[in-house]
Amino acid sequence: MSSKTIIMFSGDLDKAMASLIIANGAAAMGDDVTIFFTFWGLNVLRKAQKIKVKKDFMEKMFGAMMPRGAGKLRLSKMNFGGAGTGMMKSIMKKKNVSSLPALLESAQAMGVKLIACTMSMDVMGIKQEELIQGVELAGVATYLGEADNANVNLFI
Amino acid sequence: MADKHINARGLQCPGPIVELFKVAKAAEAGDMIHIEVTDCGFGKDINAWCKKTGNELVSLEETEGVIKACIKKC
Repeated sequence: MSSKTIIMFSGDLDKAMASLIIANGAAAMGDDVTIFFTFWGLNVLRKAQKIKVKKDFMEKMFGAMMPRGAGKLRLSKMNFGGAGTGMMKSIMKKKNVSSLPALLESAQAMGVKLIACTMSMDVMGIKQEELIQGVELAGVATYLGEADNANVNLFI
Repeated sequence: MADKHINARGLQCPGPIVELFKVAKAAEAGDMIHIEVTDCGFGKDINAWCKKTGNELVSLEETEGVIKACIKKC
C-alpha cells in the first residue's frame, strides 16, 4: 500500500475541491491519505456554526473575517462578491458534483487523515472546538513524517 | 462467489471509484462486481483502478453514454 500527502494551504473553494477530490480518489485506490491544513486552509476545517470560545480582539477579528467552514469558501477567481461562487455551486449541484462538505465527510469516512496545523491555529486564533470532529492537531514534523512514507505530495 | 451490482449513473468523479472501492472492500475474492457509470472518464479510470488495486477487469463496454464494467475481486 502506498500513501499520498496533501498540504492544503489555500482557503479557496476551487482549490479545496481539487484537494478533496484527489484525496477521495486516492483513498478509493486503496492509498493512505493525509491532508495537512495550514494557514488559509485551516478554514476548510471550521465548523459552520459559531462556537463560543475565549478569544482576544485580534483573534475575534480573524475569526470573523475568514470563512467559517467548507460551506463558506469562495472561488479564487470570478467570485464577483459571492455571485460567481453561488453560480458555480449551483452548476456543480445541477451536474451532481459532490459539495465540498460532502467530499470532506466522504474522505473522513474512507479514513483520510485530516491534520490541522497548530501554529496556524495559534496565529489565527482558531480553537480546537471550532474545528469539525475527527481532526488531529499536529505540527510540521508529523506532516513530514507522513510525507516521508508517501510517493506523492501536493501543495495546494 | 457472488455478483454485486453498482449503479453509479449520474455520479461525477471520484464518485464511481469511491462506490466501487467500498463494494470491493466488502467483497470476497472471486466475487464479480458489475458497475454502470455515466462519467466518461471512467473508461480510462477503471483500468488504472484495477491495476492499482490488483483486481481484474473482466469486461468494459460503452453503449449510449453508459459505461459498463465487470471487475473480478482478486
